[in-house]
Amino acid sequence: MIVFPTPVQTTLLFYMNYRYLKDKVAGHLMFVLSALSLLLVVSMGVGLYLKSAPILADHSLWSLISASEWKPMKNEFGFFPFIMGTAWVTVLAVAFALPISLLMAVFLTEYSRPWLRRYVFPLLDILAGLPSVIYGVWGTLLIVPWISEFVAPSLSRSSSGYTVLAGGIVLGVMAIPLLVSLFIELFSNVSQDFREAALALGATRWQTVKHIVLRKSLPGLIAAVVLAVSRTLGETIAVLMVCGNLAVAPGGLLDACYPIPALIANNYGEMLSLPLYESALMFAAFILFFVVLVFNLFSRIVLRKVTQY
Amino acid sequence: MSIATTFSWSLRHAFARPTWTLTEPFAVERKFPRPSDVRLAVDNLNLYINDAHILKNVSVSIPQNKITCIIGPSGCGKSTLLRTLNRLVDTNEGIKISGNVNFGTQDIISAKGSDITEIRRNIGLVPQRPCPLPMSIYDNVAYGCRIHGIRKKAKLDVIVRHYLEAVGLWEEVKSRLNAPANGLSIGQQQRLCLARSLAVEPSYLLADESTSALDPISSKKIEELFVKLKENYSIVMVTHTLRQALRIADYVIFMYLGEVIEQGPANEVFNNPQHSLTKNYLSGAFS
Ligand SMILES: Nc1ncnc2c1ncn2[C@@H]1O[C@H](COP(=O)(O)OP(=O)(O)OP(=O)(O)O)[C@@H](O)[C@H]1O
Ligand SMILES: [Mg+2]
Repeated sequence: MIVFPTPVQTTLLFYMNYRYLKDKVAGHLMFVLSALSLLLVVSMGVGLYLKSAPILADHSLWSLISASEWKPMKNEFGFFPFIMGTAWVTVLAVAFALPISLLMAVFLTEYSRPWLRRYVFPLLDILAGLPSVIYGVWGTLLIVPWISEFVAPSLSRSSSGYTVLAGGIVLGVMAIPLLVSLFIELFSNVSQDFREAALALGATRWQTVKHIVLRKSLPGLIAAVVLAVSRTLGETIAVLMVCGNLAVAPGGLLDACYPIPALIANNYGEMLSLPLYESALMFAAFILFFVVLVFNLFSRIVLRKVTQY
Repeated sequence: MSIATTFSWSLRHAFARPTWTLTEPFAVERKFPRPSDVRLAVDNLNLYINDAHILKNVSVSIPQNKITCIIGPSGCGKSTLLRTLNRLVDTNEGIKISGNVNFGTQDIISAKGSDITEIRRNIGLVPQRPCPLPMSIYDNVAYGCRIHGIRKKAKLDVIVRHYLEAVGLWEEVKSRLNAPANGLSIGQQQRLCLARSLAVEPSYLLADESTSALDPISSKKIEELFVKLKENYSIVMVTHTLRQALRIADYVIFMYLGEVIEQGPANEVFNNPQHSLTKNYLSGAFS
């Protein structure tokens, strides 16, 4: 005997299948989208590599990154000054921003009164959202003269003020609001129970912060610093305005420098007459891309080690 | 005693890893000075959180070397009272306190700075929800001693083992002392928290429903432990299990809506409650 499904059963069956269909479609769609974003990164890397292939064919990789002469007209492309410029400015900015934002976040979450937080949090969001050109202007108007008129003379040096130091300070100040709000987020996610457990044993507030709060949020702290470093590495406008843009590897804080993003932004457009010049700038972009990528991958490995608590 | 025996004894102490069992009462030498006066008394305590009156005219004195059980319906302020005793209420926003809480000659409510940490060491609180610190099992027990200045590995080894054995956790965790403590089961975490609190040698142990996460056998073990501990410690425990209070309490405090309704020796309160609220509440246990 053949049993035909009743209309109700048919509709039910349809909806059941429809439900699973939706589930399947959603799953596939999400997979495709994630794969696309991954593909985007890969295609960027490949694109930059292909674009910089001409200069890599003409010069060896090692000579490109170790040579110091930058004379595009004479076919001399040494990236060492730019790499060093980026490294100096980034390291300085992070070294400057990290302790300050860490202490600020600790103060705001663990020590301050709630009303202070109510005023500071929106302020931080505003600061984090300001366009970087404003920080550049602020640096040129305040930090650069401060360095040329006070800092350099007091060290009995003369300086235009457009220096590694200026770049580091401006980038550091830019990174602080981002870092502080990330840190605050992390610290407030540490359950109050942990703090109380330590306090109940007689720990001081500072001991609680050191042993519990920081330890508990260590993976997040690392991720936040990686994000800040990646952004600092790629920051363009502000460094372009305060670093002096001199293609010489800086020897100290009071020397001018020329970070890679500034190099690309300053010269892209006027290099059309020289085919190798464009390729050189693409190679600069490729270096930046590669450094950020390696840095992020490396941090993943570190994160895997510290997340066990 | 001959010189040879003395010699062999000291040798054994130097080399053998000391082992303790529960039958041997707390033989770890005292690490922290014991305050001369350890009476704990609450007098006319009123506590407000954001203008809500949480504790109303609470006056109790906690007997020493006894188990005091605080009973009462949920939300009546038992945890808040315990948290006031070791100043953990400081972490709440908008708190207002009046009245006296005295630990010996010291006023707990007006204590400042290092007095607070010393009070918290002396009046240990085991939280209602077990909360292992984000470290290894070993470090959890050693943490309290470390922050109070004991850092020698050999000494800490002894302490850790001793207190883990005291709470009956040693056998279960001895092979993974360096594993993260949050991998333990809830019941094991509860006992770990207990060991952690005991390790700083408090005079009072405030246990907030320490057995609520445990199976009957483990909670019996904890009860036995408490009974043993009262030789050296005064224990205040909050419990919702009236049978448990019946079994081990020496002194009972019954709270209701922020007030202490009745307090007294356990057999008096249980067998002959004076207040009708107490009668009603207790009738749950005997019916
Ligand atoms: N941070 C806070 N803000 C406002 N009210 C609070 C706060 N903490 C506790 N209370 C209130 O204080 C009262 C007592 O709470 P408490 O935690 O001491 O109760 P309890 O007797 O321990 O209850 P339980 O048996 O459920 O643990 C409750 O009414 C609670 O809502
Ligand atoms: Mg409670």
